[in-house]
Amino acid sequence: MSKVSMVLNGKTVSADVEDRTLLVSFIRDVRGLTGTHVGCDTSQCGACVVHVDGKAVKSCSMLAVQADGAEVVTLEGIGTADSLHPVQAAFREHHGLQCGFCTPGMIMTAVDMINRYGAGNLDETTIRHELEGNICRCTGYHNIVKAIKAASDQMAGMAQAAE
Amino acid sequence: MAVEGIGARALRKEDKRFITGKGRYTDDMTMPGMGHAAFVRSPHAHAKVKGIDASAALEMPGVDAVLTGDQLVGDGIGNLICGWMIHSKDGSPMKMGGWRALEPEIVRHVGQAVAVVVADTQAQARDAADAVIVDYEELPAVIDPLAALESGAPQIHPEAEGNLIYDWEIGDEAATNAAFEKAAHVTRMEIHNNRLVPNAMEPRAALAGYDAAEEHYTLYTTSQNPHVARLVLSAFYNVAPENKLRVIAPDVGGGFGSKIYIYPEEMVCLWASKRVGRPVKWVSDRTEAFLTDAHGRDHRSEAELALDADNKILGLRVKTIANLGAYMSLFSSSVPTYLYATLLSGQYDIPAIHANVKTVYTNTTPVDAYRGAGRPEATYLLERIMETAAREVGLSPAEFRRKNFIRTFPHQTPVIMCYDAGDYDATLDAALKAADYDGFAARKAEAASRGKLRGIGLSCYIEACGIAPSAAVGSLGAGVGLWESAEVRVNPVGSIEVLTGSHSHGQGHETTFAQLISERFGLDTSAVSIVHGDTDKVQFGMGTYGSRSGAVGMSAIVKALDKVEAKAKKIAAHLMEASEGDIQIEGGELKVAGTDKKLTFTEVALAAYTAHNLPEGMEPGLKEGAFYDPTNFTFPAGTYVCEVEVDPDTGKTEVVNFVAADDFGNIINPMIVEGQVHGGITQGIGQALLENASYDENGQLLTASYMDYCMPRADDVPSYSLSTHVTACPGNPLGMKGCGEAGAIGSPPAVINAITDAIGDNSLSMPASPEKVWALYHAGVKQAAE
Amino acid sequence: MYETTYHKAGSVAEAASLMANADDGKFLGGGQTLLPTMKQRLAAPSDLVDVTKIADMKGISANGDGVTIGAATTHYEVSTSDLVKQKLPGLASLAGGIGDPAVRHMGTMGGSISNNDPAADYPAALVALGATVVTSKRELVAEDFFTGMFETALEEDEIVVAIKFPGAAASAYAKYPNPASRYAMAGVFVAKASDGSVKVAVTGAGQNGVFRMSAMETALSGNFSPDAVAGIAPDANDLLSDIHGSAAYRANLVTVMAKRAVQKA
Repeated sequence: MSKVSMVLNGKTVSADVEDRTLLVSFIRDVRGLTGTHVGCDTSQCGACVVHVDGKAVKSCSMLAVQADGAEVVTLEGIGTADSLHPVQAAFREHHGLQCGFCTPGMIMTAVDMINRYGAGNLDETTIRHELEGNICRCTGYHNIVKAIKAASDQMAGMAQAAE
Repeated sequence: MAVEGIGARALRKEDKRFITGKGRYTDDMTMPGMGHAAFVRSPHAHAKVKGIDASAALEMPGVDAVLTGDQLVGDGIGNLICGWMIHSKDGSPMKMGGWRALEPEIVRHVGQAVAVVVADTQAQARDAADAVIVDYEELPAVIDPLAALESGAPQIHPEAEGNLIYDWEIGDEAATNAAFEKAAHVTRMEIHNNRLVPNAMEPRAALAGYDAAEEHYTLYTTSQNPHVARLVLSAFYNVAPENKLRVIAPDVGGGFGSKIYIYPEEMVCLWASKRVGRPVKWVSDRTEAFLTDAHGRDHRSEAELALDADNKILGLRVKTIANLGAYMSLFSSSVPTYLYATLLSGQYDIPAIHANVKTVYTNTTPVDAYRGAGRPEATYLLERIMETAAREVGLSPAEFRRKNFIRTFPHQTPVIMCYDAGDYDATLDAALKAADYDGFAARKAEAASRGKLRGIGLSCYIEACGIAPSAAVGSLGAGVGLWESAEVRVNPVGSIEVLTGSHSHGQGHETTFAQLISERFGLDTSAVSIVHGDTDKVQFGMGTYGSRSGAVGMSAIVKALDKVEAKAKKIAAHLMEASEGDIQIEGGELKVAGTDKKLTFTEVALAAYTAHNLPEGMEPGLKEGAFYDPTNFTFPAGTYVCEVEVDPDTGKTEVVNFVAADDFGNIINPMIVEGQVHGGITQGIGQALLENASYDENGQLLTASYMDYCMPRADDVPSYSLSTHVTACPGNPLGMKGCGEAGAIGSPPAVINAITDAIGDNSLSMPASPEKVWALYHAGVKQAAE
Repeated sequence: MYETTYHKAGSVAEAASLMANADDGKFLGGGQTLLPTMKQRLAAPSDLVDVTKIADMKGISANGDGVTIGAATTHYEVSTSDLVKQKLPGLASLAGGIGDPAVRHMGTMGGSISNNDPAADYPAALVALGATVVTSKRELVAEDFFTGMFETALEEDEIVVAIKFPGAAASAYAKYPNPASRYAMAGVFVAKASDGSVKVAVTGAGQNGVFRMSAMETALSGNFSPDAVAGIAPDANDLLSDIHGSAAYRANLVTVMAKRAVQKA
């Protein structure tokens, strides 16, 4: 057992967990944040993507103890029903989800992608390539790609307006 | 929110919870005192279970119990069943072998469960499952369906001699043979339909609790049809009577057919929750899903198409061997028969068809319906042979199809189905135009200048949806009726709950179903809630599969709405002292035509519940239920055009353009319909290019994780070009046909036809792996040079 | 995953001593291969010694014409390093194609080469560029470091600390990914040293892991163009064969990827 502390969605949390506890289990089972999902065992599907210290990682392929002292953000941490993140809003606007299971990872990957490339700098080919680590079985990706492009462009507009 | 009626691209009401992490799936549910289950599974494809030693496991921390098949059978739990009786052509019933949720005697596929561990945590349960020692005596296994039918093959079930489940036929054999006698040209092909694994992104899961005082069970499970689950669990598996079992299918992360069936694990969780005395949760991992979720497709067929001198089709002859795996899953028998061979006429006027289907047991995971279920297999076979025949006789594949289209309706095919409406020229024209079919030669030449092989392929599909008229399917062997039920509950202050037996696991019912009510009463969609997925709330339902939620589920809602409307009008007429016939509903108000008298919908609802002033003899309340039984299948149809570029150096195929022109009848929400088509096409491209469940000769599944089973990813597919053409379906009140499966049905042959066009070899089989394409192309080049 | 005990090492020496005291320990880098393997219960180390927090093992620095990369440096850091992009563009581009973005944020160069998966990308770069692997005990040239499929010259308590890459006149990597796992089915790294000599290393295809294609090297030394390698393929008898590709197909892929790497270089 180890004591693990982290800042999860802005709140400092800690718990004693078995060393083998995955970060995703810490998030879901210990902290009850069930917006992060598990869809495979081999780190391919990406339903579990969260941000650790500002970077997208697969929380199913990281131990909770590895995130000790880190800042972790999950889907619940980027926006709420009353105040959606632009990427969340774009997924709804463009029908970028159907069953919703892969959606948490898709949205967190998209936010990370926009952070890395800079808002407004994403084209369809890049988005499709960047989604290599996220599998969706429902949407055929068409509307996910559209949603990410729209969010990226919209965030660029927001950034410009703020200047 | 607003009034968003039929045809509106309404954004989905359910999305806010999914995009903010507030969806509630089975694995998100907990019950106080809950334990966790882990299954002990066979590593062998075929073996005798000689003994199970759980002593070490029982000593491990947190372990409550290790339960085995002997205990399950001892407690009177029944076998899993297949609910659709098929008779062989000699009149004998299908040969169903016994299937126990935990197998005490003989395991028949890798991954079959022989015991379950219940422990405090999932990790403890898995640790202990690893410590259960099972003594197996390996038996010879047979994996290939053709080998399974050979004499001397290992016998899998004592009930099915020679592993043959049934030998079924449809159509007029003599007439078909006669058509071939007079043919000017016959095209012959061997056509395989590769085995797929459905791979809903949410793995199956169950959480079962038993209340000893009430002798009552609650089951949360990943189901497309919770009422059917309850029915089967009660009637066949003897878990509990229906009134003592509540089944809840909360948010479900995709189904594609794989969550129709009642699997061993859900049943074992229920049984174990009583035996162990605590709620039991099980969540499948992905490899368990690969080994135990019902697989799809897996047909081996020989097809022959007979043409006259004018290239009109005279007849189609098909022989198919369908692999059902180690056990007959719930609807497995119907898939390669009534959901397959009845669609072999496609969009064409074919005077004579004969199909023979043999189904066979093998030591592999059971096979059942997967998105499209039988119809993709029929479409793939027919559209491959149509394209090949056109090439053989030197006609444009588009013109050859057009020459043979059905143009008068209703049209009775030689294989049961009676098509009610359609306009196949319209969808073909739309697709050819959108794909710039005429400009293909220039694009091919341009690609050649870049060293790429460009090809174009067509597929004109038809499917039968709206499953299904109960009496008709009953006469064909179905164990259930396939109607749907609905209840429309107008609350006293005018908000509305619609309870439906359909189940949404991504289809957006909470939105489209609300649009119906919004349209009918002119109410804001936010005033409407859709309730589904809970046997304690919804009276009954047959669930969602076979693209039936629109044509059948919404038709039931329409029937209930008719009743609500009639009663509301009666009340309004009474209150406004007008004639019932003069009441019109508009913009959320009930008005007396030609006057300024009106009542709001809320006022009428309230009047119904206060019951202070109702017409003489009228019961209080405003709540109506309905059952809708369809009168016919519905027949969505369309044309898909795929254009590819093949890299001759590696054999890799890139889909460079994909056009779909569909006729789904009337459409409620075009945005949602497009989403269904996008997803379906991607699954079809996955089948054509990437996906394949591959076994070794010992029955080990070589593709049991995403490391080896290739799921389509965003960079494997293009954006799609879609259009729709409407011929309304005359068979249901909304004129809807269904759109959930079309993409997966229509796309595989379009992709393969495009690649065979690019490489000049019609023998290509699915999946068109780069190596296969590379080898065929270079063999062709070599042959041409010799 | 079986139970295990996690240790965070603060220094290379501490990591070595933690490992020496472990029953059946493993060093933990980014964990992108090890943790999924443990989840599937295919590996069950008693102890995990996390080396990614060791300051001495992180970062990228110039080293004459070349670069030295700390073993705990992530693929993301390698792929986005201006220094690496400038000096060894082939290496930067290779790192940017490993796994997927989330995997690249965690996975480390040291972890990857210590695992020596026959389908991993980095071994091809190390061998073709003539890199030196600096461990807690010694320095090894890459070709001596990689000893076979999932095998390296590392001793049990020996840790990769850094990788030293000499400069190159040109470098490029082309890979044909397994469509499912996206690991290399054939990955070819071509490097032209400052003295004009050429090395070609192949990953993903060989039965014993990374290997050099000396026939291609000779051909390219005289004529550094795609045509020079067009007719050269490895002996299919030495190559992997599985459901994703036969040995003959992989042999073809090696030729095609070599051509493409030379084209890019």
